Amino acid sequence: MSTATATIYDDLALVKEELSRCMKCGNCQAVCPVFITEKTEGGVARGKIALAQAIIDGTIDLDDPDMYEHIFNCLVCKSCMQNCPTKVNFDKIIFALRAAIAKKKGLHPVKKNIFKLLHNYKPLFDLGMRAGGAFQGLFMKQIPSRQGRQLRFPIGILDRKRILPSLSATPFRSQVPEKVTVKNPQATVAFFTGCSINYIYPQFGQDIVTVLKKNNVNVIIPQDQHCCGVAVFAHGDVQTAREMAKANLDALEKTNADYVVFGCGSCASTLSHEYKEMLKGDADYAEKVEKWSKKSIEISTFLMKKIDFRKPEGVVNATVTYHDSCHLKKTMKVFNEPREIIKSIPGVTFKEMSKPDACCGSGGTYNLTHYETSTGILKRKIDDINKTKADVAVTACPGCLIQIIDGIEQFGEGQKGTHYISLLAESYRNEKKNGKK
Amino acid sequence: MLDKAVIEKLEKIVGAENVLTKKADLVAYSYDATADVQKALPDVVVLPSSTAEIQQIMKLANETDTPVYTRGSGTNLSGGCIPLKQGIVLCTQKMNKILEIDPDNLTATVQAGVIVADLNSAVAAHGLIYPPDPGTVATATMGGTVAECAGGLRGLKYGVTKHYVMGMEVVLPTGDVVRFGGKTVKNVTAYDFASLFVGSEGTLGIVTEITAKLIPAPKYKKSMLALYKNLADAGKSVSGIIKAHVIPATLEIMDAMTMETVENYAKVGLPSGYAALLLIEVDGMAKDAVEAEAEAVVKVIKENNGELRVAENDAEREKLWAARRAALPALAQLGNTVVIEDATVPRSRIADMLVELDGIRTKYNVTLGTFGHAGDGNLHPTIMYNCDNKEEAERVHKAVDEIFAAALKFGGTLSGEHGIGIAKMPYLKDELGESGLEMMRTIQKSFDPKNLLNPGKLVPAKEV
Ligand SMILES: Cc1cc2nc3c(=O)[nH]c(=O)nc-3n(C[C@H](O)[C@H](O)[C@H](O)COP(=O)(O)OP(=O)(O)OC[C@H]3O[C@@H](n4cnc5c(N)ncnc54)[C@H](O)[C@@H]3O)c2cc1C
Ligand code: SF4
Ligand code: SF4
Repeated sequence: MSTATATIYDDLALVKEELSRCMKCGNCQAVCPVFITEKTEGGVARGKIALAQAIIDGTIDLDDPDMYEHIFNCLVCKSCMQNCPTKVNFDKIIFALRAAIAKKKGLHPVKKNIFKLLHNYKPLFDLGMRAGGAFQGLFMKQIPSRQGRQLRFPIGILDRKRILPSLSATPFRSQVPEKVTVKNPQATVAFFTGCSINYIYPQFGQDIVTVLKKNNVNVIIPQDQHCCGVAVFAHGDVQTAREMAKANLDALEKTNADYVVFGCGSCASTLSHEYKEMLKGDADYAEKVEKWSKKSIEISTFLMKKIDFRKPEGVVNATVTYHDSCHLKKTMKVFNEPREIIKSIPGVTFKEMSKPDACCGSGGTYNLTHYETSTGILKRKIDDINKTKADVAVTACPGCLIQIIDGIEQFGEGQKGTHYISLLAESYRNEKKNGKK
Repeated sequence: MLDKAVIEKLEKIVGAENVLTKKADLVAYSYDATADVQKALPDVVVLPSSTAEIQQIMKLANETDTPVYTRGSGTNLSGGCIPLKQGIVLCTQKMNKILEIDPDNLTATVQAGVIVADLNSAVAAHGLIYPPDPGTVATATMGGTVAECAGGLRGLKYGVTKHYVMGMEVVLPTGDVVRFGGKTVKNVTAYDFASLFVGSEGTLGIVTEITAKLIPAPKYKKSMLALYKNLADAGKSVSGIIKAHVIPATLEIMDAMTMETVENYAKVGLPSGYAALLLIEVDGMAKDAVEAEAEAVVKVIKENNGELRVAENDAEREKLWAARRAALPALAQLGNTVVIEDATVPRSRIADMLVELDGIRTKYNVTLGTFGHAGDGNLHPTIMYNCDNKEEAERVHKAVDEIFAAALKFGGTLSGEHGIGIAKMPYLKDELGESGLEMMRTIQKSFDPKNLLNPGKLVPAKEV
């Protein structure tokens, strides 16, 4: 075992230098979804930076009873970082705070309960289950609703009105072979499914495979891949996150693929950006993390920039609007390619919503622990979707989609919510219908 | 510590969810955007939504002798929000309703917590603008900008906040409410109360509502950049442009140190080897007039040995402006503490002031860059340092003392737009003299005899 050098996730004091980059200008107020909703300074990056400073200075203790509430009142959407004149890496600060509190006091009490309940679902409880992030569905019961289900058990803070998706009977990775090959491949990719596609939206996984096949690409779906680990990391359990990162890197290493593609903005940004951060100073993995971070790209980047994209010809009649996932836009800086793909589909009218990159309020489990604020943020997003008069709202992240479908049910006008890649797959499938290909 | 009964009464007034008492919450109200000033925790933070609630809060504070610190977005640069003597922080950020836009009278009436940029987006639909545009338009509140008399990039042509306040509603330290001014262009009824409350930094009363003047948005703009090998030429250009009877909307300056830092930070294509640059924008309603003004500016620049770049399209204009916007963030990278001053001199003394600042930089060996609103004589000498280094901090404080002395020597003022707060209070006597301070105390006492509103700011206590 390698012993990595101490990082900000092992010792909070080390984050001091990052804190000192904040010039307290308050610019983050203009974009922070939590602040815009709650209007309290404790919710915005500047307030949390002050809190971290106070902890380091000893003016307030990590044991303070309100600490969990404050440290977890953040979506880690990185909107503040886009607007920060001095480029404070706020994500590092918030993760370091969470690592510090998890180390001292254990996991967030609400999360602990969720994780405990999850233990009862042994067959699904792999490494990734500890995250809880994608598994809100477990707590939901089937109700007559168009796109989802409602709460199964009342767990404290969870609102019974919530509409959440059901778990798939057969996870995606059990539905497909490990290798899907084509004749004369343009490239070979590994498909990192992430938990949401694997357990909740296997159809998107199928759609991604369809799209890749139509573009003459070999697909490897490593069976030994895990949850990406971002939820565990974001809850401060850095040690588990590191284990997951290493396991995934080992699984990818075996594939020898040209690229790793994702249908989830969060997983994509985790492998391309956060693994380097998590494994900083770990000499054994330095090379692997460098190599696979670089190869990790979202499916749209792969289709538009790495191969000859085959233009779809099947008609899909729909007016479509696109929501930018925070991780895809703000971490990966990918926003053009998904739009180009959507616009390439015959029959689709694209309507941009106002502030398409405003956070939807999902934030992994933020919508469980801070439901009211999350719903306030979500309502603004759905209002913006309503104004476009689009009948389909798409995004690149299943996490956002769970949230948006819930929001449409509460505040929307009956729009359909789906992954943009599914529209593309539908277009390819419709080619036969239209008598093409 | 505040009595529990007071907290409970506050909860009755604004609702428990709008009263913050947890320490982790209070930490976030112990500072504002000012570097190098002390922090202090309040006892409680309240977030009222109406004038009636503010009246009740103020009455309660008056009865219990509790200090009240009005806070907008906490972006001021003079320590104006810091609750030095504990008590109540009254934050206006939930008072964010635009009450009326009146395109017939060119006015807007807003609650104090409305963000300046939100007012501008709302009036844009009518082809109007609210011109005062501090660097913080997207965050600062109308109340905060009124209380600081905020300026901005367009001050030279369009003036500052005080030129756009037509009426107000204010809650006094007794809890009584007064309304004055309104939608009339002219109004000489009684004292000029608006002038008294603009720039009062939360000391005389709590501004709850503002009737603001709007103007038609200029239709045409032209931006230019001029580079100078020596400061005197840049200074002469500034007065030359005004002498040629052109009043640009923007006339900004950057010194060599700032230019170099901006270029390293933002890579916007600023050349090295120059002493200063001017960024000039002329605007107006008619294309011909704007072109003619631009030509006149070009002539002055050339006469004064400036090298010229003109933005031919929006993309190029954007590039010139990116350089200006990067000034503060770029400088801020150079230290963990950033002191931004706003000492202001008569426009004709800009070059003298810049030379003086160069001298101060060398004398105290400090990292000092200067940029600012040259057309207003309003410079932002900005010093970056490491606050953990006592010896360096000492030198910085001495340099700051000398900056203020220099501004006054040239017939200028301590603060052009950031206010006095706590940061500049020690220097106030140098500008106003003892009699001036006494006048301030008299005014403050007549409004707030118990010294409840923002105590310890703006008005220096009498030395005993
Ligand atoms: C990066 C940066 C750039 C800046 N650029 C400029 C600039 O170009 N020009 C400029 O002028 N300033 C500038 N400032 C300073 C700052 O933005 C202004 O002072 C602004 O007016 C403060 O508004 P606020 O809502 O944040 O007020 P706050 O900081 O919350 O309060 C400022 C003062 O006003 C008082 N106050 C607030 N609301 C009320 C009210 N309703 N009634 C009575 N008193 C009240 C407070 O007690 C305090 O004394 C800049 C600041 C930063 C950080
Ligand atoms: S990451 Fe998002 S929620 Fe958290 S402080 Fe920044 S903008 Fe606010
Ligand atoms: S925008 Fe950046 S520098 Fe400004 S207060 Fe927020 S985190 Fe600090």
